[in-house]
Amino acid sequence: MTSLTEIRWHGRGGQGSKTASILLGKVAAKTGKNIQAFPEYGPERMGAPVLAYNRISEDKITVHCQVTEPSTVAVLDPTLLSVVDVTDGVPADGTIIVNTTEDGAELKEKLGFDGDVWAVDAYGISTEEIGAPFPNTPMLGALIKATGLLPYEGFLEEIKKEFEKKFAHKPEVVEGNLASIERAYQEVKN
Amino acid sequence: MVKPGDGYKDIPKGGLILEVGNAKSYKTGGWRTERPILDKEECINCHLCWAFCPDSSVLSEDGDVKAEIDYDHCKGCGICAYECPVNAIEMEKE
Amino acid sequence: MSNQVALTGNEVMAQAMRQINPDVVAAYPITPQTAMVQVFSQFVADGNVDTEYVTVESEHSAMSATVGASAAGSRAMTATAANGLALMWEILYIASGTRLPIVMPVVNRALSGPINIHCDHSDAMGARDAGWIQFFAENAQEAYDNAIQAVRISEHEDVRLPSMVNLDGFIISHAVENLEILADDEVEEFVGEYHADNYLLNSESPIAVGPLDLQDFYFEHKMQQSVAVENVKDVVLKVAEEYKGISGREYGLFEEYKLDDAEIAVVALGSTTGTAKAAVDNLREQGVKAGLLKIRLYRPFPAQEIADALKDLKAVAILDRAETFSTTGGPVFADVKAALYDIKADVEATNYIYGLGGRDIKVGEIESVFTDLQQVVETGNVEQTINYLGVRE
Repeated sequence: MTSLTEIRWHGRGGQGSKTASILLGKVAAKTGKNIQAFPEYGPERMGAPVLAYNRISEDKITVHCQVTEPSTVAVLDPTLLSVVDVTDGVPADGTIIVNTTEDGAELKEKLGFDGDVWAVDAYGISTEEIGAPFPNTPMLGALIKATGLLPYEGFLEEIKKEFEKKFAHKPEVVEGNLASIERAYQEVKN
Repeated sequence: MVKPGDGYKDIPKGGLILEVGNAKSYKTGGWRTERPILDKEECINCHLCWAFCPDSSVLSEDGDVKAEIDYDHCKGCGICAYECPVNAIEMEKE
Repeated sequence: MSNQVALTGNEVMAQAMRQINPDVVAAYPITPQTAMVQVFSQFVADGNVDTEYVTVESEHSAMSATVGASAAGSRAMTATAANGLALMWEILYIASGTRLPIVMPVVNRALSGPINIHCDHSDAMGARDAGWIQFFAENAQEAYDNAIQAVRISEHEDVRLPSMVNLDGFIISHAVENLEILADDEVEEFVGEYHADNYLLNSESPIAVGPLDLQDFYFEHKMQQSVAVENVKDVVLKVAEEYKGISGREYGLFEEYKLDDAEIAVVALGSTTGTAKAAVDNLREQGVKAGLLKIRLYRPFPAQEIADALKDLKAVAILDRAETFSTTGGPVFADVKAALYDIKADVEATNYIYGLGGRDIKVGEIESVFTDLQQVVETGNVEQTINYLGVRE
């Protein structure tokens, strides 16, 4: 299972980390990958640190345990860094993407992690593009850039369809979400 | 119709009863120690006995209760005699 | 034509129910089954199915209404989990004893207390002797396929028994996985129309259902049930063959994974079997002859077939996601051990109770079971027959 990518999403209850994992999973499935997307199976509480996971692979995925050694970690809220060890189980060559206004070097220092660290101001982007701080969609764009997990053009095309389905009753937010993804893809830095 | 002693291969699945109304074939008249005797002269045809009989054993034909009592099924409870407003029914020892 | 989808287990089962298009569904929501009946009730509200949806005030009523609907002659379904299943208990026996081919997804969850909403098999295992056919699934794909096949199996004239289609709570019900669903018309054609032999709404031929059944006939009716469950295995295989024709997916009574030349193996059911496959793969890479037997049909228990599949092993570990509190191990262990005894197999068998209340089970833990089995083979000695895997001391 060398093609297997395991991702852990850190967020706070209500920020959409589960939604981000599901969107990523669905889009990856559309591109022909085998996927899993699931939240941490615990009580979901608004504001509390929560987790969601993805497995994405060319091969059939059979394991049904939790992800403990993610090669990629996405952190939806910068204040989590002082509460949760987001580097837990991440291999030395893993990738960590954080929603923060700090730069990559500062982050590396703070995380004590020598691998691939990326920073993006997801709150700033979504506030400007959607009108509210929803970090999950910009983080998807940042994750695609940082990992190269899926071809960007195909990803955009498929996620647009997902948004159109998801926001069928409020199509006006589709553009903002797409713009958030595009900007995060451009602006994320390591 | 299922008969006493039939084996599992010969009876309907799940305890279903496929011939409804088969209580008629189960004669309960033998449970009786007293039998109701209807005096057709006294009877005013009010149908109270017919309505109260728990075993539908007072027979009414063409609106006339004076027809008969179904002794195959009457258990001899005596409700008919008790309810009769003109004492037209008497219970007699079997 | 099949469709690739990425959905949660609950969403997939709601799709299966939509495609089966039962005449009646009476269900009560309970975690972790809730989304299944919620999505299905939306299909009803949107007119996507012809189903009469009966909202009820409890699972006892849900199963009672489903029994009534099935006895009336309709194709009836419900769905539940855990304590909901427990509340259905007495009606479960009435459904099977009355020979009603109800199909019911059960999203496996621990039976409280202390209160727990996460996956184990204590709910379904408690109901294993209720006269229902029980299927278990490794993933959402299998749960979906089992649901559609269960309709045909339950309604088969040689069977006429209800089915529980089990899927692991949260692990399968709440996780999004990619899978293939059949086209609506393929499912419609496969399940066909249900024609009850005798039913309450048949005014041409009135019947009585559920009469008093005492010493003189009750035993005969139970004997009929025993004959019917004997017939289940053949029907399961026949329906699987036909289903392969439309889906391309193969099903048996159980799946043998790298078991052919295996010396040691685990037996399991549910989502853990997928994790166990990864453990088997890892051990195979190290040259260990490890294998897996994944039970699909748990009730009736294919004892002879399972014993035959295991008889050439040196040692086998049976994984149970339920405790019986009998001091004799879990329910699957008891069944497998009895099956091995019947054929006088010379296989050491041990038991691992794991994952209660949703405790995660990892690849490494299953590998540790294989390590234990290697030890048993090397020493010829079972140190501990009943083990608890992943519990803290």
